[in-house]
Amino acid sequence: MTSARDWRGFLFVAPFLLLYSVILIFPLLRGLWLSLNQVDLFGAGHFVGAGNYVRLARDPVFGASLVQTFEVTLMIVPALTVIALALALALNRGGRGAALMRGIFFSSAVLSVTIVTLIWRFMLAPDAGFLGFAAKAFGVEPLPFLSDEHLVLPALAVTTIWWSVGFPMLLFLAGLQQIPEDMYEAAALDNAGRWTTLWRITLPSLRRTVVLVVMLQTAAQLQLFGQSQLLTAGGPSGASRTAVLFLFETAFGRWELGYASAAAEVLFLIILAVTLTQYWATGRATAAQDGR
Amino acid sequence: MAAKVLRNGLGPAGWAGLLAGAAIMLAPLVWTLLLSLKNNAELIGHSEAALRAPYTLQNYAAIIGNSLTLRWLLNSTIVALGTTAGVLILASLAGYGFARLDFPLRKILFVFVLIGLAIPSQAVILPQHQLFSWAHLHNSYPGLILPGLIAPFGVFFMTTYMRGIPRELDEAAMLDGASRWTIFWKIILPLTKPAQSTLAVFTFLGSWNDYWWPLISATRSDMYTLTVGLAAAQMNYAQTSGLGYLMAQAIFASFPIFIVYIIFQKQIVRAMAGTAVR
Repeated sequence: MTSARDWRGFLFVAPFLLLYSVILIFPLLRGLWLSLNQVDLFGAGHFVGAGNYVRLARDPVFGASLVQTFEVTLMIVPALTVIALALALALNRGGRGAALMRGIFFSSAVLSVTIVTLIWRFMLAPDAGFLGFAAKAFGVEPLPFLSDEHLVLPALAVTTIWWSVGFPMLLFLAGLQQIPEDMYEAAALDNAGRWTTLWRITLPSLRRTVVLVVMLQTAAQLQLFGQSQLLTAGGPSGASRTAVLFLFETAFGRWELGYASAAAEVLFLIILAVTLTQYWATGRATAAQDGR
Repeated sequence: MAAKVLRNGLGPAGWAGLLAGAAIMLAPLVWTLLLSLKNNAELIGHSEAALRAPYTLQNYAAIIGNSLTLRWLLNSTIVALGTTAGVLILASLAGYGFARLDFPLRKILFVFVLIGLAIPSQAVILPQHQLFSWAHLHNSYPGLILPGLIAPFGVFFMTTYMRGIPRELDEAAMLDGASRWTIFWKIILPLTKPAQSTLAVFTFLGSWNDYWWPLISATRSDMYTLTVGLAAAQMNYAQTSGLGYLMAQAIFASFPIFIVYIIFQKQIVRAMAGTAVR
């Protein structure tokens, strides 16, 4: 009875929708259009159709940045998921000790990327850094993490894992809280051991949370930017240039707006495809679980 | 019984692993703190001096004496508070409209908002930058705040929360002749306080720590936020001559956010439990 259809309800959603259309939807469409044009800082630009995309496909710098983005994502996401899950399992208990530990493991997540990279640059630097200092104390030659082509991506991954372990840990803790106690009671009555309980009850119940964490983290790491820009400026010799850093350099370093927009669209499609694939995989996994 | 299975799960090895993990988490922060308390001259070429006394507060004194850092702090505060207030207002209004009123195209418009959840910021940043250039909004507070107000998640969150409030409440008010606005303002809004504070904390943290948009929108150093200002300082100090000062800036910039975190810690964890896993 409250719901006589009435256009006045539209007034409540109008302010958000107006801003949303102007600041998000219009730029989304405009970006698509830009990607089909050659635009620089000065001229109005001209239509080149798929030209930017063809150029991207042949650009080894863009190709390398995509490969590096995938590599660093693959280094981060599985490790982060496993570590966060282990922490949640260990810290899902009462008591001050566990609460303090939860606070410690989440604390780095409230820092901005600028501060994280500031801290880690002086952790990783071989001459002035903490790790270099620790290595010398043990009589080992310090590793040049940020200036070696093979070490730089793992170094970015470690920095990122340190920074972002707290949020997935909280998600897993929330997931653990939702598992009904009587499932554990039933397992205890069957004299199931700790490992059996973990494999047969806890992990299957967390399946949806695992997929959620993997989806969110994959989407986030495919957009990795600040660590790469601030820690290494993409170096040495481009070995840590990610796709978003490529986009940033192309747009705001060389002002090739059309070309950068095409790169943005490609990355957008990749993220969308990965997310949809994972979403589809969850649907199947859940269906298989329900149908057994 | 169940309690036993859950709570006795951690042996000495487990606790040792946890403590080692905690040490790894804290070591960078402690190292930063120690560096920030050292005389810059002492640190040149010998950062391990951070482990020895004497310690000094001179780097912090230098920050308080540096008007630019204080200006960045002010900018971050204005931008984060402005963004938070704006998101709360827009998301509450839209959430009420979508959750409890019926108007033409309501369902289609809601799906239209949900599409926004899937758009990564890098897909729109260039045209946004152009748009704000045309509107002459770069290097201004509205320019820094406006993109942060586009929070489809906030609308989704408030809509879901408001749907959970019993319908009988507004029906009774309706019979008393209250207008939609009165119902929203006097009845629904006070009931959404927990959701409001959760959304506020996440929006504030996100805005305070945002790097991407202020990096390209604020090009004048007096309009930098703390994140961007520190990034610029970081580039300048690559040669480590002002290491202690730089680290003091990092500690100084993190301080407000740690306060927010400590105050709202319980809220954050509860919010995750209530919303994210559904």
